[in-house]
Amino acid sequence: MSALEIEGLRKSFGKNLVLDGIDLSIGEHEVTCLIGASGSGKSTLLRCINLLEPVDAGRITVDGDEITRRGVDVNRVRRRIGIVFQAFNLFPHMSVLENVTLAPRLALKQDRRSAEEHARTLLDRFGLSDKVDAYPDHLSGGQQQRVAIVRALAMQPRLMLLDEVTSALDPELVGEVLDVIGELAAGGMTMVIATHEMGFARDIATRVCFLDGGVILEQGPAAQIFGSPREPRTQQFLQRIIAAKRL
Amino acid sequence: MAVEGDRSSGTEVDESRRSRILGALAGADGRRGVAIALLSTIVFVVVVGVVIANSPGWPAVHKGFLSWHYFKASFPEIGRAFLLNCKIFAIAECIILPFALLIAVLRSLPGPVFFPLRALAIVYADFFRGVPTILVIAILALGVPGLGIAGLTNSVVVWGIVALVLIYSAYVSEVYRAGIESVHPSQEAAARSLGLTRGQTLRKVILPQAIRRVIPPLLNDFIGLQKDTALVGTVGAIEAFNQANIDADGSFNFTPYLVATVFFVAITIPLARLTDWLIARDRRRRQATGAFG
Repeated sequence: MSALEIEGLRKSFGKNLVLDGIDLSIGEHEVTCLIGASGSGKSTLLRCINLLEPVDAGRITVDGDEITRRGVDVNRVRRRIGIVFQAFNLFPHMSVLENVTLAPRLALKQDRRSAEEHARTLLDRFGLSDKVDAYPDHLSGGQQQRVAIVRALAMQPRLMLLDEVTSALDPELVGEVLDVIGELAAGGMTMVIATHEMGFARDIATRVCFLDGGVILEQGPAAQIFGSPREPRTQQFLQRIIAAKRL
Repeated sequence: MAVEGDRSSGTEVDESRRSRILGALAGADGRRGVAIALLSTIVFVVVVGVVIANSPGWPAVHKGFLSWHYFKASFPEIGRAFLLNCKIFAIAECIILPFALLIAVLRSLPGPVFFPLRALAIVYADFFRGVPTILVIAILALGVPGLGIAGLTNSVVVWGIVALVLIYSAYVSEVYRAGIESVHPSQEAAARSLGLTRGQTLRKVILPQAIRRVIPPLLNDFIGLQKDTALVGTVGAIEAFNQANIDADGSFNFTPYLVATVFFVAITIPLARLTDWLIARDRRRRQATGAFG
């Protein structure tokens, strides 16, 4: 059974067709990187999987459980699927610890003590133990994004969605965030990652999907997509990336 | 080597001396500024005072508004009556703050199902912001007891409070709404993506940020409400304004109005200063942190 199964997913915003029939099957512990130009639908696809955007057509199944069916409890679905955003979206009025423990306490009904204990363990693991009581405004972008990842992890999700999590960071802060993601991958976390960091995608992905025109034009192991892409559009895209010295 | 070391320490001394001189200059400048401000203020007050005291109508104004005798005589009674203004204000505000929040939240409910509630909140806010406060007070405090419906109080104070609550909740709900809308949608997305319900998101993520941002405008409405408690006097409640009316009628001297003014200003001016201070602090914080919200 695949961890995530997507069939015929379509989504448009008004007249703008963004996803035009996405089919994707992801196994457990797989790290899938979505690449493609801006506006190719990577973010929308992730937001659809998290049910932040209602889909127009198609089915999404997580662990054999169809989450796009009518009357599904969206809150329960989202507890199993963590998402991290490009702009961190930490809660500015809460300390790091409160940011991380809010959802486990409210959505999973954990008591404060065990939620905080779990949060401290996670923060410690990702080098944030001295930031427990800090507020997001006083953290660097890289630290904020690591907290956002920990906040999602605190829900013990089955699946993590990362939406261009390094795009808003200063170049020197990208590394620390990518290291965290690498550690998650090593730990066996199933992840779908939308990214512009091609070098990172090549290193970490078990599978790379190239999105173009609202469909997955080409997918395969990282070595194949980056080494010998079949589709002319993929070749074009990668050549532009290489020309821009991003690979 | 030794020479170089000497030279570098020499520059250090020079620099620290220069900065000390600059600092002393700045201090002298500050003291001179204060002195100039003080002098110009004294000159201004004296000139204005002389002009007013020598204007033809001044003796009449002095007699009619500034009688020390009537000031002393009416002060205690108006002071007691002013407690009623404070009571009306306090009770009304305690109801307005949660009630207006409810209206604002109703108005921000999404989806077609909640259309009737949204519409109700909009009609409510539009209506009560459009009607003169004094009219609502008259309708409720004079009109309702006039109907003689059993079980309803005839107290003008109670109906006055109800009227103020209705009017001010409309204004305050708009303030809250502006705050709610100022919280970026990505905050809601982040909270919902973690599996929080709509209500939990509102309570824990949206409202705490929204309310923090609208505290200064909320205080502004506090000031307005404190002033408008005097309107309840028009329907017969013996509050500060009405008491001043009574005193002035009895003596043909208007000094009691001045006494009532003193009481109102004693409350509203500190509130206004507090509001300004909070706004300034808020601005400083935003500038310091930059990316807040």
